[in-house]
Amino acid sequence: MTEQLLKVEGLKKYFPIKSGIFGRVSNHVKAVDDISFSVKEGETLGIVGESGCGKSTTGRMLMRLLEPTEGKVTFDGQELTSLSNNEMRKARRDIQMVFQDPYASLNPRHTIEKILMEPLNVHNIGDPKERKQKVHEFLEIVGLSSYHAKRYPHQFSGGQRQRIGIARALMTNPKLIIADEPVSALDVSIQAQVLNLMQDLQKELKLTYIFIAHDLGVVRHISDRVGVMYLGNMAEMADTEDLYEKPLHPYTQALLTAVPVPDPAFEREEVEIQGDVPSPANPPSGCRFHTRCPFKMDICETTIPIFAEVEKGHSVACHLYEESRPQ
Amino acid sequence: MLEREKILEVKGLQTTFFTDDGEVPAVDNVDFHIREGEVLGIVGESGCGKSVTSLSIMGLVPSPPGKITNGEILFEDQDLTKLPEKKMREIRGNDIAMIFQEPMTSLNPLFTIGNQLQEAVKIHKKDWSKKQIYNRAVEMMKLVGLPRAEGLMKEHPHQLSGGMRQRVMIAMALLCDPKVLIADEPTTALDVTIQAQILKLIKNLNKELNTAVLLITHDLGVVAETCERVVVMYAGKVVEEGPVDAIFKDPQHPYTRGLLESVPDMRFKKERLYSIPGNVPKPGSIKTGCRFAPRCEFAFDRCVEETPPLYQTTEEHQTRCFLFDPKEAEKHDRTIVKS
Repeated sequence: MTEQLLKVEGLKKYFPIKSGIFGRVSNHVKAVDDISFSVKEGETLGIVGESGCGKSTTGRMLMRLLEPTEGKVTFDGQELTSLSNNEMRKARRDIQMVFQDPYASLNPRHTIEKILMEPLNVHNIGDPKERKQKVHEFLEIVGLSSYHAKRYPHQFSGGQRQRIGIARALMTNPKLIIADEPVSALDVSIQAQVLNLMQDLQKELKLTYIFIAHDLGVVRHISDRVGVMYLGNMAEMADTEDLYEKPLHPYTQALLTAVPVPDPAFEREEVEIQGDVPSPANPPSGCRFHTRCPFKMDICETTIPIFAEVEKGHSVACHLYEESRPQ
Repeated sequence: MLEREKILEVKGLQTTFFTDDGEVPAVDNVDFHIREGEVLGIVGESGCGKSVTSLSIMGLVPSPPGKITNGEILFEDQDLTKLPEKKMREIRGNDIAMIFQEPMTSLNPLFTIGNQLQEAVKIHKKDWSKKQIYNRAVEMMKLVGLPRAEGLMKEHPHQLSGGMRQRVMIAMALLCDPKVLIADEPTTALDVTIQAQILKLIKNLNKELNTAVLLITHDLGVVAETCERVVVMYAGKVVEEGPVDAIFKDPQHPYTRGLLESVPDMRFKKERLYSIPGNVPKPGSIKTGCRFAPRCEFAFDRCVEETPPLYQTTEEHQTRCFLFDPKEAEKHDRTIVKS
């Protein structure tokens, strides 16, 4: 349980902004700027943040669907960032992804059987008969029926399509599943079904999840540990209970109090933050949150805070906690 | 509290879409009302008819294929469904205004913010001078908390962030002092921190200007936070209606209860989420009986055979479920079984 399955060190992704007739690179969008974390075997790591914070980019870089600009990703003892494309394709057998949009992520011209068989063909698993059997088996596992195999994606509802997306990710018996907003396109009652399914599968198949989402309630429900991202940086990371019960970073505090709670009697303590998220092409100097932070100090404008442990298992990037850090 | 007067009343509204696959009643016999200065929420999942209801009030149902086939929408002693388009245009944007989900697509990218705001005033206040119109636009922008209002008047929508655009939409809706503001998923496209700002703004404006707000949303958290009364819709019908406290403390309809149980709560970890089995039915696919019956764990024979009426369970609380028929209540256990 404590073994590290995935380790990320100093991961960065800069997208160039080109301008002028020669397409000169004038600036970079720093979508992800120097983040490090690790994922233990069998756990669920939730990554939350608002739009543009780089959480999806991070997810894609772990699978190298996007090439990192800098940084190292180690999975199961193997350094993914130094693999050739061919080797990487093989490594993807153990890392699979579930996407947000169940409408766009399934090919409308293929039957479910063909869609689910694809990963088996790519990785050369089993003979045609075994593959077919496996498709039927996994359809049952995700709560559909084997007769669904002959149908096309448009014949399914959103929730069912997301189940198919999950089945596809499971076909190669992966160790790690990266789920990028897997329930945000679904209605509440369907969302609960898919979340329960993901939890059951995790227990049964001993999966490790990286669960990327913007919904803090969903993340609390499914995650063992949670990382909060802001403008390409990791602001805070801790065990779920710790993070929700005593958030340290002012951004996490504001984020948690901003979520509407389904209870009219609930009285919130307000940590209101002003304004919008600044552009990642031109992020603020020092701590990136200082433009909206209610506890801003002088040092925040000039020095980038270090992301480091403050308590056991609780890391934060904020100058407020500089002194309480174990030396 | 003093009983406030009903400002808008929807009676037996039925909006049908005539499609190639037959007639689909997206909204089926819906009744509710909004009182002066009140915030009323309509909640439901996709396809429950909440947006079609709001479009029906505004007279904006796309026609063809849609049409209001039955019912009345009473606003200031007039039935909006019977008004000619010209009359309706005077009311729309003037007495009843609407803000939409997508602040990106509801502003014209080719015109400046100032242009679009002033146009909205010009249409309804024909005797105002240019100066008056300009000042009104700036005043509203300041009211919704936009910084440097004068400067923004000259900017185009793409120069603004999502949250600012939604503020512009709200300013535009409030320009003519509407009596009712319909907000259709106003914060769904926004991030949580921005959502909190916009909801607070809507609440404050409701108090300051005494504008009644009809808030349409799928998010139960948003409802709990902003509304005074709630209408819960499912498959084109109102299944429950009541004050917000009652709905959240004592939800009665099995659908409402299932919905509340299945939301992950940010404050504590539920061991396992309750989930309503099955899917939302296709509109029009269930003709007889309660539309929730196929997914309901309490369903009995009568639920499939007859359509339940709205039962008045307390003075202000109504539920469309046979469990609340005095004749049935004794026979059935209403405790929810968690799977």
